[in-house]
Amino acid sequence: MSLSNTPSSSSPLSNLWLTRPFSERSTRIFLTVLALALAVVTVLHLALPAGHPLHVSSYTVTLLGKYLCYALLAVAVDLVWGYLGILSLGHGAFFALGGYAMGMYLMRQIGDRGVYGDPVLPDFMVFLNWDSLPWFWHGFDMAWFAFLMVMLAPGLLALLFGFLAFRSRVTGVYLSIITQALTFALMLAFFRNEMGFGGNNGLTDFRELLGFDLRSDATRLGLFLASGVALALGYVVCRGIVGSKLGRVCVASRDAEARVRFLGYRVERVQLCVFVVSAMLAGVAGSLYVPQVGIINPSEFSPLFSIEVVVWVALGGRGTLYGAVIGAILVNYAKTVFTGVMPDAWLFALGGLFVVVTVLLPKGIAGLMSRRRKADSETQLKEATP
Amino acid sequence: MSLLDALADRDRVFDFLVPAASPVDVRHGPILYLEDVNVSFDGFKAINNLNLTINDGELRCIIGPNGAGKTTMMDIITGKTRPDSGQVWFGSRHNLLTKNEPEIASLGIGRKFQKPTVFEALSVFDNLELAMSADKRVLPTLTARLSGEQRSRIDEVLETIGLEALCGRQAGILSHGQKQWLEIGMLLMQRPRLLLVDEPVAGMTEQEMERTAELLTSLAGKQSVVVVEHDMGFVRSIARQVTVLHQGSVLAEGTMDQVSNDPKVIEVYLGAEEEA
Repeated sequence: MSLSNTPSSSSPLSNLWLTRPFSERSTRIFLTVLALALAVVTVLHLALPAGHPLHVSSYTVTLLGKYLCYALLAVAVDLVWGYLGILSLGHGAFFALGGYAMGMYLMRQIGDRGVYGDPVLPDFMVFLNWDSLPWFWHGFDMAWFAFLMVMLAPGLLALLFGFLAFRSRVTGVYLSIITQALTFALMLAFFRNEMGFGGNNGLTDFRELLGFDLRSDATRLGLFLASGVALALGYVVCRGIVGSKLGRVCVASRDAEARVRFLGYRVERVQLCVFVVSAMLAGVAGSLYVPQVGIINPSEFSPLFSIEVVVWVALGGRGTLYGAVIGAILVNYAKTVFTGVMPDAWLFALGGLFVVVTVLLPKGIAGLMSRRRKADSETQLKEATP
Repeated sequence: MSLLDALADRDRVFDFLVPAASPVDVRHGPILYLEDVNVSFDGFKAINNLNLTINDGELRCIIGPNGAGKTTMMDIITGKTRPDSGQVWFGSRHNLLTKNEPEIASLGIGRKFQKPTVFEALSVFDNLELAMSADKRVLPTLTARLSGEQRSRIDEVLETIGLEALCGRQAGILSHGQKQWLEIGMLLMQRPRLLLVDEPVAGMTEQEMERTAELLTSLAGKQSVVVVEHDMGFVRSIARQVTVLHQGSVLAEGTMDQVSNDPKVIEVYLGAEEEA
């Protein structure tokens, strides 16, 4: 919700929607902090010996990479929830689809080094006595095709789903329920062995990505950095959208949809486009997540996961984008700590945190920061007007 | 003149290439023309043989008791409700019954609803920017940038509605009256030929009512304004021509004095005039 008017049009950065974010203070701060964090982790990982107390282990690097993927997913959810007012409880489906597309590529990369040694068929297909590759597995041996599908598969699903939902003007809680049903249906479908996605075991045992060994420390660091770059790019794209006139149309249709329609905007098309962009970002997040955790299975489609994502965004602060990043990283860090110390207490802690934030910080953690800034600008305004 | 000159002289080759969305033709006087319009909802006749003519640049007040069909009439003009029979023309060229809501809006008919609906999370400036007539498809909206001309148009409207000082503030903090003006401003951004204003002063203070009266009278002339209002005092302060609706048709028409002395009107209002 950028309330300030667009910065002076003389600055060349404010010319295009995609470069305009770079002239915003919040984006610059965000990108600087992110770049610093990536650099610090890289230096601590590479420069310090393994025994040093400040050394960041390879395990931690991968863990942080996972958080960054979650953060990108949270940004995607915040784009549709915070700015468009569409509470998607099924964004995990797009995340998982992106993950599966990447997983299929990684499976094909295994080649004949699998347990059964089949040069083409992944192990689970040999195990199921299939004699040829299903049609939808073709092409996934090529990296460019797989990377394209990482965005296209979730994008197309979002396009189809959104077209039907928004055209019929399904909004609010009904839409949330349908998105929830969507991800649940996909979970059930992917659990079936006949679907050809490895059933409930999913896809695992990956070896190489673009020729790099997934088990090597260097590849793990590379994936962590790639996740950071993806988060930065995704953030800038979202920021560009919400800072443009289209973003203001989004906010307007979130608050008074009928009025926007009356002004002549095709609200359902705006919703559809932004929803598809968001789904693609979620797909990218999923695709970077899978090689880092080493497995993708249908549990990623679980409705619970999608709801958790919404909780991250709510905790961090809805409608700010950077709040979503803060929420995703904090909650997942807390989850890692809690599940290590007291596994049983985690869900109670998450629930408690959610209640506390909703009651005390209705605008999330990001609300704390903007509250201070608002107070500043309020006093400035009072001083300016006699 | 040689044939070549004649060809070179032509600024237009084929008539059918001229865009269909031609300006409103008001050479014959009326900008809005309703004839024998009938609407019934489940057997209830909301509009009964309604005839109404609004001239270009006119400020017309429409009054009438509850259920007289004022809002239904607005719905018909803006395409929200389809009449069972009758004709509705905008200028002498556009048959409004063949058009849908967005088409009618883009022809230049703006409607202000009773309850102010401005975008509260956006600034006053942004509210006006969104309302501006522009390419409203998704991609052009994403890449849209304000030109100097558009910026000065927004400033001009801000001045008309008297909200220059609040230009950067969130619309949610505006008072009720200011929201109403902002919404009128949003209509003005679309450069309408005809403004339909539904109960603009409901819930306003005296000063706000005065400001609104000034605003509406200043708009008339440049565009035609149709005001539906209950408040007789307000109607008296702005109206030149008043139309009284009753049970879906026109009961009386004329200046405020003529109308308020009409025995039929007095009977319908049963002394409701005392309010004024």
